[in-house]
Amino acid sequence: MKSQGIDLFLSRFPAFDREVAAYGPAWLRSIRREAIARFEALGFPDSRQEAWRFTDVKPIARTAFHLVTEPASNGWDRAAVERLAFPGVEGERIVFLDGLYSPELSHHCPVPDAVRIQSLAAALKEDPEPLRPFLARHAKVEENPFVALNTAYMRDGAYIRIPRGEQIRQAIHLLFLTTAARRAVVTHPRILIVAEEGSRATVVESFAGPGDQPYFTNAVTEIVVQGNAELDHCKLQREGRGAFHIATIQAYQERDSKVLSHSISLGARLARNELNFVLDGEGSECTLNGLYMTTNRQHVDHHTLIDHARPNSTSLECYKGVLDEESRGVFHGKIVVRKDAQKTNARQSNKNLLLSEGATVHTQPQLEIYADDVKCAHGATIGQLDEDSLYYLRTRGLGPAEARTLLTYGFVRDITERIRIEPIRAKLETLVLARLRGAGRKREGR
Amino acid sequence: MTGSKKKPILEVRGLRARVGGKEILRGLDLTIQAGEVHAIMGPNGSGKSTLANVLAGHEGYEVTGGQVMYRGKDLLSVSTEERAREGIFLAFQYPVEIPGISTAYFLRASLNSILKHRGEEEIDPIDFLTLVKKKAKLVQMDQSLLNRPVNEGFSGGEKKRNEILQMMVLEPRLAILDETDSGLDIDALKIVASGVNAMRDPERAMIVVTHYQRLLTYIVPDRVHVLSHGRIVKSGGKELALELEEKGYAWTEIDSPAPAAPTSPDVPAS
Repeated sequence: MKSQGIDLFLSRFPAFDREVAAYGPAWLRSIRREAIARFEALGFPDSRQEAWRFTDVKPIARTAFHLVTEPASNGWDRAAVERLAFPGVEGERIVFLDGLYSPELSHHCPVPDAVRIQSLAAALKEDPEPLRPFLARHAKVEENPFVALNTAYMRDGAYIRIPRGEQIRQAIHLLFLTTAARRAVVTHPRILIVAEEGSRATVVESFAGPGDQPYFTNAVTEIVVQGNAELDHCKLQREGRGAFHIATIQAYQERDSKVLSHSISLGARLARNELNFVLDGEGSECTLNGLYMTTNRQHVDHHTLIDHARPNSTSLECYKGVLDEESRGVFHGKIVVRKDAQKTNARQSNKNLLLSEGATVHTQPQLEIYADDVKCAHGATIGQLDEDSLYYLRTRGLGPAEARTLLTYGFVRDITERIRIEPIRAKLETLVLARLRGAGRKREGR
Repeated sequence: MTGSKKKPILEVRGLRARVGGKEILRGLDLTIQAGEVHAIMGPNGSGKSTLANVLAGHEGYEVTGGQVMYRGKDLLSVSTEERAREGIFLAFQYPVEIPGISTAYFLRASLNSILKHRGEEEIDPIDFLTLVKKKAKLVQMDQSLLNRPVNEGFSGGEKKRNEILQMMVLEPRLAILDETDSGLDIDALKIVASGVNAMRDPERAMIVVTHYQRLLTYIVPDRVHVLSHGRIVKSGGKELALELEEKGYAWTEIDSPAPAAPTSPDVPAS
């Protein structure tokens, strides 16, 4: 798909490339250049491509987005950041404004010497070599033009490295804010998380921005979890109502590693989350939980891929959607079990609740199994609130709106309850309940 | 019947209702005074559950005729939740499960909606917990169940006890127990019955809907009515239940007045 958007991204690249070359290593420069070439070749996807059949990115391709090179707070101060934080989570907080690290708004804690929790720009400037084996090694630019675009424009984001055997108890919070700039802004946050052997950590990514104006977040997270390491990863997408949010989480897991992933998608006008997990070690395990709640004309798409490449690996996936008004949801969950991956255990479910007649959801589970001794199960449901349950609640004095809220909240809690970090779970449940109550009032008002 | 000058809690006259196009209630009359416990008995399909649900306000039942007065006011024009807030409580034959919402949370929301309706302040969460734990003890319900999602994974007996617990917390004016005895073993039945008996009050009326006499050994009713083909065909004191047990429902079929008969013996002809 050729468009003004593509031309802008391409024409601006040489200047960007020259500018950032001063900070980073030469090897990164060639990665960027290969990526922009790949982006040029791919262009933006269109609906004729199977992976993009239900998600139309033309509005992104049509918009001329502005790349911010100088950080400006545009009124986002500490108080605004506090509102987006999780009371009770006292660990590292790294804040990014329009894609660039903000030392003023960030909050650092003392951590063991070898632990790295810093901005990607700083890591690339000061000591890039340790990143080289990992950065842009897992998130592939070949097929996904947005990953290619992010890689080409990679500049800042977060670098987290937990050395062997180290445990970071407090959650590390990465907060990506698009500020209320006058122009439609694009950011390309890049996150690299390396959990070395036997280490443990919790990372939370939050995305937020201004109310109604268009902007574009194009994020890529690469996660490497080595033998016996454990990572809790929680992504909370609360972008503004005019936002486009495209993100890939690419995880690579080694022997006996464990990842617990949550993807919570509440905001944006159009959101697409790709989560690709490669279980490339015996006994590795990933749990993917997800929740999307949409309203108005929001569109939220989750594409997940779990690749069982070694024996005895386990994946448990549960995604739930609540779709209201004219909104649309897409869930595509693919599980691949390779020939060597005997004794794979994979379970996937996607459950959707439609709250209005105008809401739609496309759900598509897909299994590709090349091994013979495996246990795989998947299921998808699309339903409405249960009339008998609504009646039951009303016989207990709850009005129709409150009864609907409560039942929907109950449906959602199945996912939020699985978040292990109490303050995050509590905040999320408060957010969800407030939103459902708001929707209830709106419904009663019409 | 005593106290005929008192205003009844419930007056049902000539009630007709259908579900899915099929007429289930066909001219039902029933009057209940405060302080009374009435048993409604009848074979399967006689309309017992329909009556319970029509009184509670189930929108799936279409009322096609008759009148229901609750504490002197027309009940049928009132929404389900308003009825509950005005003091009507239905203990379900098959209580639903509500994933993700604990009994404690749900019941507090419920109590608060009733208190709010009365213009009273919401209950303090700590006070509520004290109250609900006390009531749970009375129905021998394990306190851990209060924090579990409503009825999810509960045994049949636990579900029924949860219904009685809710009744005790919400303190209705008119409680309707729809086959609360079904699926209960004798021990659970005794617990449920003692919970119900503890709720007997001069200001409160109860309708106990049951297929079997068994429950009425433990909850002794003031009046017993036999429902057949959507109408009350026989009314009497508690001894009627025993007579039914002995003779079977076929006896009331033979003994029942012709379908055209205007009223049950319980209600004076208007």
